Amino acid sequence: MLKLPIYLDNNATTPLDPRVLEAMMPYLTDVFGNAASRNHPFGWAAEEGVDYAREQISKLINCDSKEIIFTSGATESDNLGIKGVFEMYSQKGNHVITTTTEHKAILDTCKHIEKLGGKVTYLPVDEQGLISLTDLEAAMTPETILVTIMYGNNETGTINPIREIAKIAHAHGALFMTDGTQAVGKIPVDVIADGIDIMAFTAHKMYGPKGVGALYVRRKNPRVKVTAQMDGGGHERGMRSGTLNVPGIVGLGKACELARLEMAADAARLSVMRDRLEKELMTMEETYVNGSVEHRLPHVTNISFKYVEGEGLMMGVKDLAVSSGSACTSASLEPSYVLKALGLSDDLAHSSLRFGLSRFTTDEQIDYAIGHVKEAVTKLREMSPLWEMFQEGIDLSKIEWAEH
Amino acid sequence: MAYSDKVIDHYSNPRNVGTLDKSKKNVGTGLVGAPECGDVMRLQIEVDEATNTITDAKFKTFGCGSAIASSSLATEWLKGKSIDEALAIDNMEIVEELALPPVKIHCSVLAEDAIKSAISDYRVKNGLPALELSHH
Repeated sequence: MLKLPIYLDNNATTPLDPRVLEAMMPYLTDVFGNAASRNHPFGWAAEEGVDYAREQISKLINCDSKEIIFTSGATESDNLGIKGVFEMYSQKGNHVITTTTEHKAILDTCKHIEKLGGKVTYLPVDEQGLISLTDLEAAMTPETILVTIMYGNNETGTINPIREIAKIAHAHGALFMTDGTQAVGKIPVDVIADGIDIMAFTAHKMYGPKGVGALYVRRKNPRVKVTAQMDGGGHERGMRSGTLNVPGIVGLGKACELARLEMAADAARLSVMRDRLEKELMTMEETYVNGSVEHRLPHVTNISFKYVEGEGLMMGVKDLAVSSGSACTSASLEPSYVLKALGLSDDLAHSSLRFGLSRFTTDEQIDYAIGHVKEAVTKLREMSPLWEMFQEGIDLSKIEWAEH
Repeated sequence: MAYSDKVIDHYSNPRNVGTLDKSKKNVGTGLVGAPECGDVMRLQIEVDEATNTITDAKFKTFGCGSAIASSSLATEWLKGKSIDEALAIDNMEIVEELALPPVKIHCSVLAEDAIKSAISDYRVKNGLPALELSHH
């Protein structure tokens, strides 16, 4: 029996894998010690759990366990990475390069350092959501201390050419940071092979608990340091003070271990499901996939249905938990800035749906989603004056609309 | 956002979706809103010229659930009304009937505009001056 609504918003957050919960349980009950308590067994047991998690995490991204700084999540990690580099390397320069399609945790942090006197270049993207490496090369200056470009985009799933980007950053003596939130645990991420110096990621996007994340900070070739943004007991090699969230960290560790073992099989299965969903929905006229189809996370698709309005569409697909490119909370609509950056018009950006599949998504759920979305789009188009005009061959851009 | 039961009802079972023959002299068409703003309403009325009564009303709307419900409700209310009665429909009556939240009041305003615009079109077609449409 199919349970409704069906959760297909796994880029927002994933459910907790029961195996992760099981690993965490002792640390929520009996093993309650403070990992920083060095002088009794309660502290030792907690520290052991944390150390084991560091091993599990480092195996997934191919780093040393000492290179993991625990945080409260990807937003904090993004803040620590950018602000920490900006402060630590202020003698060297004040220029940061990023892109227009980053998560708000990156963009707003960049805005913050601009207020502090930093210079930030926001590279545009093409219709696939990819930056031009030539643009990046041209933007590099002797003052550039950091290039921060996300691994996989949260709205479209587009994967950036990380290795090429890292090479360019390094050739100009800058550090390379990536927001790996959507990619880590979903596709192979290897900080050595990829040339990543700093990477933010979080547990709750890979079947772990909310409220715990990490920042990978390279220790050699080059040795990277970030200035702490939280002062206190000097935890995490002085880069992030605060008592460690031991159960969360244990959960992140277990989630990483499961990802390492199951990621390839999950990705293969999910990409088949995602492609089927996409292919079926694309049989409808005037339907467009947003972002790169070639360079994309295996579990994500973002589709625009022209001539239907986003909020009406969301109401029509009430049996699905998905995200829309439209944030309509008032009379003034705000279409997704990511889709706008890809060159989508406001109406296409509004009428988009993002589907994010998970390890727990079933074929039966995808079947239902296909039928449900098709039905809603067809019904709304029959009700849409714009669809009727399109069918009659009227050019909508030539109409003088009464803006209100 | 939580929608009222009435909005959900109109959204799920919209009344009078469709198209009237706009080439007919006794059919008035109002097209209001803009795609970039996320709402376009087209509302049409068919008028019995002898009695000056609206005998049929149809709509098509591109917009959110509240916009669809506002226009669906408007067509229900229009049928059987005289032109003067139709002109008296105020957007706040739609707000009340559908229990629209403040952020959705613009949907009712658009529906009122659509009614007036359709009536104006009917008037012009029949040699009467256009209505002065107040733009909200």
